[in-house]
Amino acid sequence: MFLNAILLALREIRRNLMRSFLTILGIVIGVAAVITMVTLGNGATRMMGEQISSLGSNLLILRPGQRMGAAAFGSAAFRVSDADALQMQVLALRAVAPMVSHSAPLVVGNENWSSSVTGSTNDYLMVGNWQLASGRLFSAEEQQSGRAVCIIGETVRNKLFGHQNPVGAQIRVKNFSCPVVGLLVAKGQGAMGMDQDDTVFMPLKAVQRRLIGKPQDINFIMLSMRDNADSTQVMAQIRRLMRERRKLAESEDDDFTIMDTRQIAETLSGTIGTMTMLLGAVAAVSLLVGGIGIMNIMLVSVTERTREIGIRLAIGAMENEVLLQFLIEAVALSAFGGLIGIALAFVSCLILSAVTQIPFDFDPGINLVSFVFSAAIGVLFGYMPARRAARLDPIEALRHE
Amino acid sequence: MSQDAARKGKDDALIEFRKVVKTYGQGQTAFQALCGVDLRIASGEFLAIMGPSGSGKSTAMNILGCLDAPTSGAYRFHGVHVEQLDRNQRALLRRHYLGFVFQGFNLLSRTSAQENVELPLLYRGEPLAQRHAAARQALARVGLSGWETHTSAELSGGQQQRVAIARAIVTHPQVLLADEPTGNLDSTRSHEIMELLVTLNRERGITILMVTHEADMAAYARRIVHFVDGAVESDAAQPERGA
Ligand SMILES: Nc1ncnc2c1ncn2[C@@H]1O[C@H](COP(=O)(O)OP(=O)(O)OP(=O)(O)O)[C@@H](O)[C@H]1O
Ligand SMILES: [Mg+2]
Repeated sequence: MFLNAILLALREIRRNLMRSFLTILGIVIGVAAVITMVTLGNGATRMMGEQISSLGSNLLILRPGQRMGAAAFGSAAFRVSDADALQMQVLALRAVAPMVSHSAPLVVGNENWSSSVTGSTNDYLMVGNWQLASGRLFSAEEQQSGRAVCIIGETVRNKLFGHQNPVGAQIRVKNFSCPVVGLLVAKGQGAMGMDQDDTVFMPLKAVQRRLIGKPQDINFIMLSMRDNADSTQVMAQIRRLMRERRKLAESEDDDFTIMDTRQIAETLSGTIGTMTMLLGAVAAVSLLVGGIGIMNIMLVSVTERTREIGIRLAIGAMENEVLLQFLIEAVALSAFGGLIGIALAFVSCLILSAVTQIPFDFDPGINLVSFVFSAAIGVLFGYMPARRAARLDPIEALRHE
Repeated sequence: MSQDAARKGKDDALIEFRKVVKTYGQGQTAFQALCGVDLRIASGEFLAIMGPSGSGKSTAMNILGCLDAPTSGAYRFHGVHVEQLDRNQRALLRRHYLGFVFQGFNLLSRTSAQENVELPLLYRGEPLAQRHAAARQALARVGLSGWETHTSAELSGGQQQRVAIARAIVTHPQVLLADEPTGNLDSTRSHEIMELLVTLNRERGITILMVTHEADMAAYARRIVHFVDGAVESDAAQPERGA
């Protein structure tokens, strides 16, 4: 009886291919949306995790001003001597990298590009987990004297040199010429979608003098802690030292901020997780709407097929058999919809992950759940029309039309 | 039940109507389509039901065919009180004992003749191979060999009527109920169908109940019941044809 019902249901679906397809469109889109949202959300979360580790371990960033507010502009910049003091007095720090950055036009022959030029020390590259693809780091002499030499990121290389090796070539930065001494290994997209490889490094003094013209000011100080350091303790220590150096009275608030990058990244990935859930929920609602679509079509189908149902009943079909046939029809429809939706989600995940560079991790769990859920929608919304069909009076049904 | 069994032993009526009443609608608009019909039909009979339009022939056929229940009165089929059965039990009676040819063919549209004929076997749970063979045989029986794959829409009225008959006889029912089986056929085809019914009645002993308006079709039957205004007006046996 069960096998027969399946057979009858499939026959009926095949007989109305176009209508069947339109019926399940809601389910298809719903399932595809849910899976795409969740898959890409998970990919984004994983990417965050990878970027947390690519940021380098135990990284702190010290910047003037409070939080992200406008106060940043009012607060005094750090001095080179602040960085030196931190290096000397906070023992838990492995590396201290003062940095300034300034955007500048770059020219090589006919090629033009504008990028952010960061002035720092070799330590900065270590702190930021940068690796050299070719060339060398800055020499001690270059750092001391602030000679204009640069190490460039992959994107800058691409824009200015194409696929050629840039090491040894000259770049015109703003109004002075600067030999390239090193090329960095590409890092890819950053946590907030910016291109991390669109960057130029120079010795700190070179940027301070030639680009900014303030030889002592520093924008940020990057700090890398030793592996087993307790970040709360280290941050407290840094805070005490900086308050002292900036001569803040007891009553005054800090005029600088210490950020723990790991913490920021974790907050951010938490936000992505919440967004994923939210979008997934919206998509799930559309799945429900798809289910209502199925119910609607099945109800129409019952009315349309009243005579057929009458014939089946008159010939000797029992209530349960008609019920089962219609129910299986609804479930088969929505399950087909689920399958097509899964295929669609696979394709759209491939495309979207190629466009947004969010990694695509195929997740069998969410695919299975969506499939089972869509079949369940078939049962849920197929039941009412099926019962209505089964309860028809055979004679009334035969008289129909 | 023991009383019923004792009764059954006494007379061998396959079908027995006792004061069967069928009322459509309720209150003011109530209409009595059958008003106390008594009828006894033995196994193996070939009975024609005649009467003017609206006299309750189809209503009686529906009750006889266990499609409908009487409003009051008793209908015993094989000694079973049909009026006491529920929907599903009546469905099982139809499935296993009855074949019905409807007034108007009532075939599944967009479905091949073969599939239409297989349908009752499907509900009987017969295996695929047997269904195919039996359906082919039944179609051959009504002269439709070679038309198996045609859908109802591709068949003429007469062919559809014959598919409907094939569907009714494919299960080898004990009783074949036919509501105007020749209503849509020309006279040559009608006579062919009648010959077929007579053969089924003689060879297989199938009890046949047939509604018809035409006297020369009724002439094939061995007993004619006249309905007028929901009651039996006359009930007479007639000599076997050609005898
Ligand atoms: N479902 C119904 N509801 C209300 N009245 C009905 C219903 N079915 C039949 N009737 C009425 O019952 C009466 C008998 O109908 P029935 O179909 O049995 O006639 P019939 O003898 O078969 O006529 P015909 O020769 O035209 O087929 C008719 O007056 C009809 O209007
Ligand atoms: Mg009638």
